[in-house]
Amino acid sequence: MKKQMIPLSLFAGLVIFLAIGLTLDPKEVPSPLIGKPAAKFSLERLYSETAFSPSELKGQPWILNIWASWCVSCRQEHKLLVNFSKQNSTTIVGLNYKDTPEEAKAWLKELGNPYQITVQDPKGRAGIDWGVYGVPETFIMDANGIIRHKFTGPLTKDRVKNQLLPLLKQLENERTAVQG
Amino acid sequence: MIPEIGLFALILGLAFSFVLASVPLLGSYKNHSGLMQLAKPAAIGQFLFLALSFACLIYAFTVDDFSVKYVASNSNTQLPMIFKVSATWGAHEGSLLLWALILTTWTLAVSLFSKPLPDSLNSRILSVLGMVSIGFILFILLTSNPFERLIEVPTEGRSLNPLLQDIGLAIHPPVLYMGYVGMAVAFAFAVAILLEGKFEMAWARWAKGWTIVAWAFLTIGIALGSWWAYYELGWGGWWFWDPVENASLLPWIVATALIHSLSITANRGSFQSWTLLLAILAFSLSLLGTFLVRSGVLTSVHAFTTDPSRGVFILIFLVIVVGSSLSLYASHAHKVTKRKPFNPVSKETLLLLNNVILMAMMATVLLGTLYPLILDALGLAKLSVGAPYFNSVMLPLTIPLALFMGLGFATYWREDNSKRLLQRLWLPAVSSLLIAFLIPLLILPEFSGLAVIGLLMSSWIAFSALHWLLKENSAGLVKPSFQKIGSVMAHIGFAVTLTGITITSIYSIEKDVRLEPGQSYQINQYRFEFVNVKQKQVDNYLASEGHIKVYEDGIPLTELHPEKRTYLSQAMPMTEAGIDAQLSRDLFVALGEKLDNQAWSVRLQYKPFVRWIWLGSILMALGGVITLLQRRKNSAVKNTIQSQAEKTA
Repeated sequence: MKKQMIPLSLFAGLVIFLAIGLTLDPKEVPSPLIGKPAAKFSLERLYSETAFSPSELKGQPWILNIWASWCVSCRQEHKLLVNFSKQNSTTIVGLNYKDTPEEAKAWLKELGNPYQITVQDPKGRAGIDWGVYGVPETFIMDANGIIRHKFTGPLTKDRVKNQLLPLLKQLENERTAVQG
Repeated sequence: MIPEIGLFALILGLAFSFVLASVPLLGSYKNHSGLMQLAKPAAIGQFLFLALSFACLIYAFTVDDFSVKYVASNSNTQLPMIFKVSATWGAHEGSLLLWALILTTWTLAVSLFSKPLPDSLNSRILSVLGMVSIGFILFILLTSNPFERLIEVPTEGRSLNPLLQDIGLAIHPPVLYMGYVGMAVAFAFAVAILLEGKFEMAWARWAKGWTIVAWAFLTIGIALGSWWAYYELGWGGWWFWDPVENASLLPWIVATALIHSLSITANRGSFQSWTLLLAILAFSLSLLGTFLVRSGVLTSVHAFTTDPSRGVFILIFLVIVVGSSLSLYASHAHKVTKRKPFNPVSKETLLLLNNVILMAMMATVLLGTLYPLILDALGLAKLSVGAPYFNSVMLPLTIPLALFMGLGFATYWREDNSKRLLQRLWLPAVSSLLIAFLIPLLILPEFSGLAVIGLLMSSWIAFSALHWLLKENSAGLVKPSFQKIGSVMAHIGFAVTLTGITITSIYSIEKDVRLEPGQSYQINQYRFEFVNVKQKQVDNYLASEGHIKVYEDGIPLTELHPEKRTYLSQAMPMTEAGIDAQLSRDLFVALGEKLDNQAWSVRLQYKPFVRWIWLGSILMALGGVITLLQRRKNSAVKNTIQSQAEKTA
């Protein structure tokens, strides 16, 4: 009886880890950039020939979404972003990563444009500074321009509801607290 | 209408599974033959309805019925017909339905070819298989219904991932599933034996036949996956230690151990409890693999779209199946175990040693695969375990494995004499030493200690297997049995794979170069001349097709056409390598990025003996099947047991 119990007990241990594993998200990789100021860049906008740099948004929380027309999971996430932008006033900046302006524009025309500002990064230079290693990625900045959170991979309804919205609310509170 | 018929057929199939899971089992306890005989019609009904259901899904794909959500998200009108059909199992829901169909196919086969087993044991095996079917069909119906309709019907579907638009991948999953699911037969057998409370040698022979068939499918399935990754992913690797690959390797390792353990039980009537544990383990690992791949707890290039509710379902299923069978094992295994004495120098000892080594290999692969998950669960770190870990732990385990494998051939059952053993072994030992030192010295480009070790292992296995076959036949009187020929062939297959792995790993050359039209690059005796890159449009993709002339020692050898494809439905570019394959080496060319003017970055690879890896796998699977043929010849002499088992081959 004793010896034959070993496989069962090993299996019981394994199940515990598997159950905990189910509650975790392996795609959530902590970024060393969190808590640091947003990387500086100055990139050309998609719809006008002026440049944009993050310092323009100082004083308000904002979202940076990195996407590309060639990226399949961006398509998945895009509808969600479009809906989100209709219901929330937080500024979303779209960073079009390693793409051509024509394809990017065609894509936004087809699927809707959730971005207040869209900038182009055809060579992926800014992407390197932001530590991008797969699109889509989404960064959340607070009013002081500090990166507070990073989502790797597409946003999902769950992630928006349980992580993104509470975080934005908190950032908004922090801002009013400072001002008040 | 057709999709609803498919769904309805699936539900009817489930009803048959419930009958199969309960009535014959009840019959076996009441000793009521009428109830037990219901197993066969129930298995037939279950199979027919699952087949109908699967046919309905294939039909929906072939007629582009985008009102079905699964079709709309995995196919489009531009897809060639063959890939429309294979798209049926290209994603989670459909592949699960294929799983269930294959399970019912195995169940049907067991119900038809199990005469040698007593009715009660047979009924219990079929009932256990019915229970597994219930789990899978419920999984489909509750979390992954492939027949779900869309309210707004799109005019065009999303395409199948271009990576999957490939003939290698169209056949890879069904073959692999045949192997995975086939382990369910050995599992059901083990559970039935534990319920029965006794384990006869003839029954082990029956189970061995079924396990070998499943193992052969698994071998081919894994090799197909590796081959596909090699030519399609574009970087020339053939094994990545990816969690999904590991998930298929784990049951393979255990099944290999199981076949050998069954062989001891069948020949010597011992090791019953160990055999049963392995049978439970092989299928449990197939299920664990399913859990890892489909629940999203691990990231992988192969991972399916994930959904937490699916993970929870599989975990519960896993707990029920594995938990109950291991509990049964814990409480009943001592009943079926018989101890038979054997000498330390004997075939039993060596088989047992190798079984232990295989288990150690299984444990290291399992640990490496789950380690990121465990650390994450403990909140310690996020990391991934890669090839360096697996390679450095597998090599030291393979050396004794190969040593004992060769020794095992020369050793007799029960007891042997070490002096006489040495007399029998000097010939294979000397020949393999010669091969292992002479080939690196004379033929290979440079002498490497690892190459010597690798070649020594593989030639030792091959020579001692051949020696075993020929020695017995030296008088020319007895024709060797199919059993022997098959076994020798399978082990030589392993040696061939080992040789391929050794030489490819040590002597491959890989260069990323920038080439303009007219420029050349030399690797060993091969000169690669970059001619140009042309654009072309084929069916459902645009391609940049490179043209590269290859010269061997200045003489034109071949022309390669690597491609970079952009599929119309998805903008992700795909790489098709240009490969010139020969038995002794592959030349592998992949297009990288376009640089300035006419220049491209090109990846050139010289991969010696890489074909041997897959060739060896084919030999292994073929050898396994040949061991079953033997039984046809002897079926008149021995009892019906063999003639039944081999029909399944």
